[in-house]
Amino acid sequence: MNQKPILRVEGYCKYFELHEQQKIIPSSDDVNLEVYPGKLTALIGPTGAGKSTVLKGIYRTYLPTNGTLLYRTENGQQIDLAQADEHRILELRKTEMGFVTQFLHALPRQASEDVVAQPLILRGADKSQARTAAREMLTAMNLPERLWGISPATFSGGEKQRVNLARGLVSRPRLLLLDEPTASLDPVTTEHIIRIIEKLKNEGIAMLAIFHQPELVTRMADHIVELEPPAGVDKMLKEIA
Amino acid sequence: MDKVLTVKNLSKVFGEGCPECFDLTGPEHDTNLCPRCGSIVAAHNVSFDLYQGEILGIMGESGSGKSTAVKCLYFDQPPSSGEAIFYDDGEQYDVFNLNAAQQRRLANHRFAMVYQNPHLGLNFDISAGGNIAERLLMSDVKNYAEIRSRAMRLLSRTEVQTERMDELPKNFSGGMQQRVQIAKALVTNPPLLFLDEVTTGLDLSVQAAILDLILEIQQQNKTAMIVVTHDLGVIRLLAGRTLVMKYGRVIESGLTDQVLEDPQHAYTQRLVASAL
Repeated sequence: MNQKPILRVEGYCKYFELHEQQKIIPSSDDVNLEVYPGKLTALIGPTGAGKSTVLKGIYRTYLPTNGTLLYRTENGQQIDLAQADEHRILELRKTEMGFVTQFLHALPRQASEDVVAQPLILRGADKSQARTAAREMLTAMNLPERLWGISPATFSGGEKQRVNLARGLVSRPRLLLLDEPTASLDPVTTEHIIRIIEKLKNEGIAMLAIFHQPELVTRMADHIVELEPPAGVDKMLKEIA
Repeated sequence: MDKVLTVKNLSKVFGEGCPECFDLTGPEHDTNLCPRCGSIVAAHNVSFDLYQGEILGIMGESGSGKSTAVKCLYFDQPPSSGEAIFYDDGEQYDVFNLNAAQQRRLANHRFAMVYQNPHLGLNFDISAGGNIAERLLMSDVKNYAEIRSRAMRLLSRTEVQTERMDELPKNFSGGMQQRVQIAKALVTNPPLLFLDEVTTGLDLSVQAAILDLILEIQQQNKTAMIVVTHDLGVIRLLAGRTLVMKYGRVIESGLTDQVLEDPQHAYTQRLVASAL
């Protein structure tokens, strides 16, 4: 590997401290991984292994308990995402980091094309330009044009997910976090979306992904990181109780 | 990104105050009432930064001190102690140490507040358009035609029928009164806007329209805003970062999605768990 990683995670841990129940729930323990431009690193492991917890820690939706998450920015700076200032994280989310989850959070009164255009508008793009780019993305996602002006609230799972992906991809992030992007999709749509992800990967976007289907991991992953549920879950609970 | 406001250790005590007020109140004592002297510690050591175009949420239940913090910043109440620096056009203003005239100038030109209660933000004896004109007159716009056209533009932007601009605010619905307040606030194009429970008590559909308007203003004008609310939904929709207050103290702060999905403090965990 002669290319430098865009993200290097070392010793990432995330424990949830639940005050009400007086419990500490370990979710991720000592996770190490690297993500490279134009490559896809896949996280695999059983339910409860903390795969999503890793993605959320990188995006700082979760506050990491321990470890360093070294991110290399567009202008070559190294930032520890675990420690970085909140404004810095907001800026990176706006300009460099994308996150596509299994669920679409959108206002029920917003047209799909506006949902997709939003990341560009937040970046300061002109409204009509943003909408044009959004429409191109929705075309690429094969979402019927008659749905563009409608809120995704009433869409089927597959349609919603295409809007969700379009929004995650429209601003061409440098690092893309994917949490089961093709869950709940039929094989035809899955194939379609996988091709789009492949194309973006070939364009140089670094990806860290969780896939539900093992065959997608085989097909898409350049690196595989296997996680296990944190050891000593039961023990820790007993220790505290 | 440009910094708009820095607040350091803002405190506000109602009452005589005593040396033990701060030690005997707060979340760990489950009260904001000093048992020694009977003073209310409404806010203590509130500190934060605010950048251009950013919306900061302040969340907490009634009596947590969230409104007190913004009222001090808008000069509605003098703080007991603390510092606030406002950055504007390359200048810095030590907000609490300005004289009354300078403070009024900031409040009329560069800051704006939208209150939960429209009676606080609007003069009910003059028309909707007159309210907007009043703010313009205070910020030295004297030309009648210009005032009238700017008032009309703002009202139409906030979707108040301009044919009704000469009506008194009492003739408007609650949602419309909020829109007139927002129009009045925006007419001087302030870089800093305070919003105190602006959608509380409104119908859901009206709430949604007002929140959409606020987001649109943020995106188009790059206005920095502080949004005070007890409503998690409003926080989630509007704020990039959030402070959680209880008994006058900031008990937690962070990125809004982090505060809501991975709350650190016991109180925030309870608050988030009690969302509908």
